[in-house]
Amino acid sequence: MVVGIVIGGLVLVALLVLVLSYNGLIRARNRIDNAWSQIDVQLKRRYDLIPNLVETVKGYAAHEKTTFEAVTQARANAINAQGPAQQAQAENVLSGALKSLFAVAEAYPDLKANQNFLNLQEELTSTEDRIAYARQFYNDSVLGYNNGIATFPRNMIAGTFNFQKRVYFQGDPEAEGPVKVQF
Amino acid sequence: MLLAVFVLLIAATAAAFDLLLGYGAAGLVVAVVIAIAMAFGSYFYSDRIALAASRARPADGPEYQRYHNLVEGLCIAAGLPKPRLYVVDDPAPNAFATGRNPKHAALAVTTGLLTMMNRVELEGVIAHELSHVRNYDILVTTVAVTAVGTIALLSDLGLRFMFWGGRSDRRDNVDAGSVGVIIAVAALALLVLAPFVAMLMQFAMSRRRELLADASGVQLTRYPPGLISALEKLKGDQAVVHHATRATAQLWIESPLDRDQAGEGKKGSWLNRAFDTHPPLDERIAVLKAM
Repeated sequence: MVVGIVIGGLVLVALLVLVLSYNGLIRARNRIDNAWSQIDVQLKRRYDLIPNLVETVKGYAAHEKTTFEAVTQARANAINAQGPAQQAQAENVLSGALKSLFAVAEAYPDLKANQNFLNLQEELTSTEDRIAYARQFYNDSVLGYNNGIATFPRNMIAGTFNFQKRVYFQGDPEAEGPVKVQF
Repeated sequence: MLLAVFVLLIAATAAAFDLLLGYGAAGLVVAVVIAIAMAFGSYFYSDRIALAASRARPADGPEYQRYHNLVEGLCIAAGLPKPRLYVVDDPAPNAFATGRNPKHAALAVTTGLLTMMNRVELEGVIAHELSHVRNYDILVTTVAVTAVGTIALLSDLGLRFMFWGGRSDRRDNVDAGSVGVIIAVAALALLVLAPFVAMLMQFAMSRRRELLADASGVQLTRYPPGLISALEKLKGDQAVVHHATRATAQLWIESPLDRDQAGEGKKGSWLNRAFDTHPPLDERIAVLKAM
């Protein structure tokens, strides 16, 4: 009789652990998907800010045509990119074009004093930060999830219900080299 | 771990109470209920109380755009909802976070902090404050305060009732022999000292949570030099926040109360340092630099 109760209790505990672990893994996986979408939200915010920035700079430096065209073209490419690899590459080109635009703006003190330009610069800087943080959050979520499905005892549940390992967001390999500063 | 010691202290105090007075379980229940009611009342309204006490106002307006941007970025990194943002008009640089859980959180910085810190330093400070929210430090502090309150109440009631006489049948049992007297004296000493010890433990826990918030903050920004630079700037500044009180001192990033200048250079006496809600800035900087 007592043995029956003890076994019943153990079975109950095991079931509880199973349910909690499964739910935890589901939540972790959904978190990753949410984190990935968050990156897209921030990228879109950057696309929306750029035309405004180009117009403001054009008001002071109308003849810097090549820089403006590079930025506008890079932005269009980034919006139309298909798939993560193509998108990552297009994003890097856009970042480079933006850097050139800000470098050009350095030569125009009136532009640098313009409040609108300063606000846009602050917005773009914080958007770049947000993109970085969103990618960081994505990677942190992937780490938590990959740990969850690999460690014992949850790896047994993961195997049974077919939870797959997820991939990290990779940085730009070019960015890892020394930064070239040209004046 | 400190909570376990708290629980032991409560148990010991209750045992002393029981031994000397014979009220035992009833006394403990009353004390715990009162302490919990007081502490959780303040916990639920902790954000409103802290904000009102420091005369904080909402951070609306274009001059606070950078402040908003930094908080939003870090909330993305932490997966937290954005807390309500406030500003305190005070030239002393400081910041605090409050709120019972991330959904009901609020963050405040002084105007002095916004002027003194550059972007990465401000980010480091905000990350520290957000980590307090993320680690549920308000809840932890409330539990600690409840424990201290229980102990203080038990001790207070116990000592009071001893003068007025407890249940006489138990007290007769206690006086049996010299061992009984020694135990009774020990119980009395425990009743008197327990609140003091509990307070010291609460301050020790507050210091631990501050170091944890430093570490969690840097985990968010992945950039220790930001917070290190901010703490070094705070070290050089001796100004005191006008509307801070002992009660809210724990929440600020740096102790807002007047710190004796002598404590910075030479080693302050252990007793002085034991009552600090924050670890010394030098120690915090050293810990961050070692990461």
